Amino acid sequence: MPIAKVFAAFAALLLATGTADIKAAKLALGRSKNKEVIAFAKDMVRDHGAVNQKALALVKKLKVTPEDNDTSRSLVQKADEDRATLSKLHGAEFDKAYANNEVAYHKTMNGALETTLIPDASNPELKDLLSTGLKIFQGHEQHADHLVETLK
Amino acid sequence: MRLALCLTVAAFLTGAPARAGEVVEVKIDQLAYAPTKITAHVGDTVEWKNGDFVAHTATAIGGAFDVMIPAGATRRLLLKETGGFPYYCRFHPNMKGELTVM
Repeated sequence: MPIAKVFAAFAALLLATGTADIKAAKLALGRSKNKEVIAFAKDMVRDHGAVNQKALALVKKLKVTPEDNDTSRSLVQKADEDRATLSKLHGAEFDKAYANNEVAYHKTMNGALETTLIPDASNPELKDLLSTGLKIFQGHEQHADHLVETLK
Repeated sequence: MRLALCLTVAAFLTGAPARAGEVVEVKIDQLAYAPTKITAHVGDTVEWKNGDFVAHTATAIGGAFDVMIPAGATRRLLLKETGGFPYYCRFHPNMKGELTVM
């Protein structure tokens, strides 16, 4: 696949899912009273904001336009549905559901990066950003796993 | 001359340590501490240089220290006690390091 095409798909996926995760985190920040959940949500807002900023800078540099695709659309749709379900919950129920969603979300994202996006990337800058993104999101997955354990 | 004398007296009075504190540098790149394992002495300083575009921490598992290192920033920790301190990043627990203070 040509670099522009790969990057357009990647950018759409990363930006859309990053934004979806920030929305979920903001919902958690407005609703949760749990110290660890709040700390995790703040980390998500900060890290996904930083990754999105980096991706947007690369979009501009490589002169590509993010193009929505089936993967990005289905991930965003799933994130919207999960957020709608979350918004009906409160207290410990909300915290547990949010933490479980975060584990699942990062697992999906990391799977897409490992199996499709990184192997397809030929541009070194893109590969570098994807690889760093993967390590960041693997960190989030572990952090979310830990959060699920503490909420049991 | 007078200043040198004052400093000598001050060092004597405060029992200044025989060895000067050194700075042990740890680079952070691509979500890894390099080197992963470091050994230093009481009075030394560990300096973490974060080359990543996201913030990290150096957090001792036992709670002895918790150093916040913003993206692109350098932060230092003066070592005051001996011991083994495995540490990690609170934001990305896949990052692990080990500090031994002698």
